[in-house]
Parts: sequence; C-alpha cells; structure tokens
Amino acid sequence: MELLLSALSILARLDVLAALLVGSIGGVLIGAIPGVGPAVAIAILLPATYSLDPIVGLTVLLGIYGSSMYGGAIPAILINTPGTAVNALTTYEGTPMAKRGEAKRALSLAYSASFFGGVFSVVCLILLSPLLAKIAPMFGSREIFLAALLGIILVVFAHRGQVMAAGLMACFGIWLNTIGLEPLQYSQRYTFGQSWLSGGVNLIVVVLGLFALSQAFVLLVEPDKRSKTSGISGSLLSGFKELFTHKRVTTISSSIGVVMGMIPGVGEFTAQFLSYTYAQKSSATPEQFGNGSPEGLIASEASNNAVPGAAMIPLLALGIPGEALTAMMLSVFYVHNVVPGPQLFQNQMDFVVALYLALLILNVLVIIFLIFSTNTLLKVIQIPTRFLGVAILALSFVGVYSLRNSVIDCAIAGAFGIFGFILKRLDLPIVPIILGMVLGGIMETKLRTSMMRVDTPLDFISRPIAFFIFVIIVLVIGSQLLSLWRNRKAR
Amino acid sequence: MIRSLPVDSSDTISSFLKMTMNPTEKPSQSGQVLFSVLTVLASVFLLTQLSVETKFSSGKQLFSQPRFWPGVAVFGMLFFGVGHLLTVIHLKHEGTLGELVVWLKALEYLAWFMVYVVVVPYVGYLPATVLFTCLLALRQGYRTKKHLVTAALLGVCIVLVFKTGLSVKIPGGELYDSLPSSLRNFMIVNF
Repeated sequence: MELLLSALSILARLDVLAALLVGSIGGVLIGAIPGVGPAVAIAILLPATYSLDPIVGLTVLLGIYGSSMYGGAIPAILINTPGTAVNALTTYEGTPMAKRGEAKRALSLAYSASFFGGVFSVVCLILLSPLLAKIAPMFGSREIFLAALLGIILVVFAHRGQVMAAGLMACFGIWLNTIGLEPLQYSQRYTFGQSWLSGGVNLIVVVLGLFALSQAFVLLVEPDKRSKTSGISGSLLSGFKELFTHKRVTTISSSIGVVMGMIPGVGEFTAQFLSYTYAQKSSATPEQFGNGSPEGLIASEASNNAVPGAAMIPLLALGIPGEALTAMMLSVFYVHNVVPGPQLFQNQMDFVVALYLALLILNVLVIIFLIFSTNTLLKVIQIPTRFLGVAILALSFVGVYSLRNSVIDCAIAGAFGIFGFILKRLDLPIVPIILGMVLGGIMETKLRTSMMRVDTPLDFISRPIAFFIFVIIVLVIGSQLLSLWRNRKAR
Repeated sequence: MIRSLPVDSSDTISSFLKMTMNPTEKPSQSGQVLFSVLTVLASVFLLTQLSVETKFSSGKQLFSQPRFWPGVAVFGMLFFGVGHLLTVIHLKHEGTLGELVVWLKALEYLAWFMVYVVVVPYVGYLPATVLFTCLLALRQGYRTKKHLVTAALLGVCIVLVFKTGLSVKIPGGELYDSLPSSLRNFMIVNF
C-alpha cells in the first residue's frame, strides 16, 4: 500500500499528467497517420525528453508507444492501410467489415480489444512484479550476457525468410557499437584516424537516421498518396459488449501478446501472427477469416496492444530492450542515471510501479479520446504523404541537432537516413541494427566481467538461470536448423 | 483485395507481413544483388582493416581483447553478407540501374536537409525553418496559397513546440544580432 501511494505521488504532478495526455493523444494521432509510426515519433522526441524529468520523459514515450497501435487500427480498417506496421493483420478483417457497412462495428471491436490487451498486460506486469523483484537479482553478468545473446538470436530468427539479412544487420549494429575509444584499454577501434569518430557513433543519431530521416526520404521520393474516408456515426462502445462474447480469443490473444512481449527480440509481429493463427484454428467459423471475422480482428488488436506493457519487463528487470522502441527508451533511463536492471527493482520500486500505473492510465485516456474523437481523427489520415515527408524532415533536424549542435551528427544521421531508405526500398530489416548496437555493448561488457570469474567454460553455465537460458539458446538454434533441414528435404 | 493467411504453408512471418502491407506497391527486387555485393565488399574491407584499426594486447584473455568484439562483428557481417548474397543472387538483375536512380533521388533531399542544418546558425531557427518548409513544399509540388500558408504554419508550430515550449538546445542565429537588443535576447531565447 505504501508503495502504491509512493508511486501515485510520483504521478500526481501536473507535468506528469500533461505528459500522459500528450503521449497518449499524440500516439493515437501518430498511429492514425500511415507513414509515420511510433519509431519515427519516438526517435524525434528522444532528445527533447532528455531535458525533462525521467518520469515525464518516459511517460511521453510510453504514451506514444502504447497508444499508436490504437490509432493504427483506424486506417487499417477504413482505407486498408495499416497505420503502424503491426496493424497489418487488422486490414485482413477490418477492411472487409468496413466494405460491408460495418466500419463502426470493426472500429469499436478494435478499440475494445486493444483496450483489453493493453490493460491485461499492465495487470500481468503488476502481478509479476513481486516475482520479478525476486528473480531479477539472480541475474549476474553471465545471465545478462546470455539473455542479450538470446535477444540477438531471436531477433535474427524472427525475420524468417530474411535470416541472413537480419544477421548481417545485427552484426553491423554490433560493429557500429565498437567504433571509438574502447573503455578498458583505451585504444581506438575503427576510427580510421578521424577524431570525430573517437567518441563512437551515437545511438540516437543512428536511430534518427534509420527511422526518421529514411522515412522522410521514402515519403518525399514516392508519389503522393491521399486517402478519402467517410465519417462514422453512432456509439463506439458496442464493441465491449461484443468482446465479451469472444472472451476466450480475447484472453488467449492478450496472453500470447504478454508472453511474446516479455521475450527479447520477438515482439508484436510474432504475437499477432500466433494469436491470429490460434483464433483461426480454434474458430467455429474459420472460413470467415480474411473476409471480415470479428475473432480475427480481436486476435490481432488484443495481442499487439498487450506487447508494450510486457516489453517493459526485460527492459526494467534486466536492462535488456526487446525491440527498437524499448532500445530508444533505454537511452532516456541512462541519460538520467536511472539504470534499468535488478537494482532498479530493489532500490526504486516506486518508480517502476509509477510507470505501470502510467501505462494503465494512458490506456483509459486513449479509449476515452477515441470514443469521442474518431471522426476528427479521420481528417489526419487525409494528410498528403509528401507533405508529411516535409514535416518529418523538419522535425528530424530538431532531433539530431539539439543533441550536441553538431553538423557532423546531422551528416552521420543523413548517411544512415540514405542507408535506411535503401533498406526500406529493398524490404530489408532495420530493427536488428539498433538491437545489435544496444545489445552488442551489453554483451561486450558483461562477457568481459563474467569471464574474469570463471575458470572453465562450463562454469559459465553452472548457475541455474544461466544454464536455463543456455538451454533455450541451444533449442532455438536447434529448431531453426531443423526447420532449415526439413525445408530443404521438402524441396 | 483480401488474401488468405498461409497458416499451414512454409510462408514466413516476415514475407507474410510484407505481403499484407501493400502487395501492389512492393518495391522492386532489383537492387538486391547490388546491395548485397556492396555489403560483402564493405565487410571484406573492414576485415582487412581489423588488425590495423584494433589493438591486440599480449597476455590478456581473448574476451578482454579490444579486437575481440569488432572481430566477431566483422566476421559475422561477412558470413551473413555472403549468405544473403547467395539467397538473392538468382534474382533478376533488370532494373538495377532504375533502382540506383531512385537511391540517388533520395540524395537530393539529404542535400536539402544539410543545407537547412548549415543555414540555421546563421539565419536563426524560426526563419530557416519557415523558409525550409515553404521551399520544400514548393519543390514537392504544393504551389497553392493554402498549401504554402500551411507549410509556413508547420514551420512556426515546430519552432513554437520545440524551441519556445520545450527549450531544446538550438542556438540563436547570427542574423538576430542585427536586431535591437531587447528583441534580440527574446528571439535568441525563444526562436
């Protein structure tokens, strides 16, 4: 109770409440505009949040992360274009429903399923906290190294069909992180005699280039797209009633979202895919899937909205980000000397609980906002894409330049922008680069520390958690090799 | 167009998701081979520089060597780069030049961005941003009065939110020095 009151006192400030409002509403708006997405918005806002209190800055970013998928469902249903990439499956069911005159029903179901998924994940997070607080201190250097390694392996294997490209990008990210002054023996690595490379390549500069600038280039180079939508009339609350008739799909999809969110490197795509597959296989009317099935829509939205809350678990408990957005948030923690990991749960539990509560409140704010302002949001969808490109390019400047007022940073971000643009053109993965940069740094430090304390390689996995993670790594690699072998045999 | 979900097929999550996004506007496969060859060449170059650009201290554990992680990363890049090349080498090469032209088109906007970056410290954030959004909107074909006013408003709003509201660190322009002292300070702090 004391903990809850302490957490509430952290949140009961005008600036935190304003951050909650700005983050949640801003996230919905960003999600509703196809071609922007939370990664672009978070990348641009990151440097601006550095000057804010950690709780204020993180609340804004959490708000955008947690609410963008709500907004992304609107264009997915009404114009067959997902607002964020993870709303892709919503188009399968939402668009056919809209075409047969059930747009209001589809939107209402999407909102209510998203709300259930979001709240469900926060409740799981709260219930798991005592357990996390017990388990997290058991993670020493070797366990964190193995967890980070597992994260890298999973993010590579999650890009099935593009494993080689994802592996290449992850290794590129690890290499980028090694550039500059090496921290133990103070030797230069891959600086090619250039003093501006001595400090290394800044993660935020890379993030802004790969996500924000590249997206601006994509929008500016490609032809203009304008979407037309018609208004929605009537109450959007009916979805909650209908959701109750599909409680099994809703609960299991949200649970899949939570489990997938907790595993580093997996995230929304896998959660959505598994939930949708489960919903289709267990449905009494599987033939409706792809033709406007409410169950499919619920599975997609409940699972992807359950991920953000759960993704905070490896970030807060171990300091290991599971995907690009939490990797960006990690930098906000570090800027304010709040180091996520086992110590955070022991020393600043009220801060952790305050973040959980912020997530809970933002879900409520978002659903209220959506119920009353969906028709207004439809206007946002109609912004011409090239004009959005102009806006993103101007906003990217704030993100990069305000870091250190450095023209070199802007040039590096520009170079990564072109690189990201090419990757987007070729449908190659970008996220492994960011995870490689973040997890590569963690792996290097933790491996060095842990190897000083082991005599034989077997000592490395002598502790139960280290052994458990090691077994998972072996199983993941084994299953990947087995599936490759089966595919080859099938051919 | 509604597509059925390949649940039981060997289709992968990523290819499935790509298919769902916008099947009619899927970017050309041309350029894949060129990109792949370039990444392999870059990896080979980095590998040749490994011994020059990183240090190896005798008597230290392998894992504590400054060369260890860059080595892991560069060998990994080469391994996966060659693997990626082998997976795309069979793709059709036609259109590679066209794709290269599209890549080069993006450079124009990089140039716009860099000019904006260089101009801000001289002209000031507010004038440079309004100029940038209006000129780029013109370049994009938005030529009506309504569009240009919207572009100018966009520039003003960005400055108001970030510089005036959130006080992000962007220096005042040299041009502001020519303003009367009271106005000069106000402009430097807020715009």
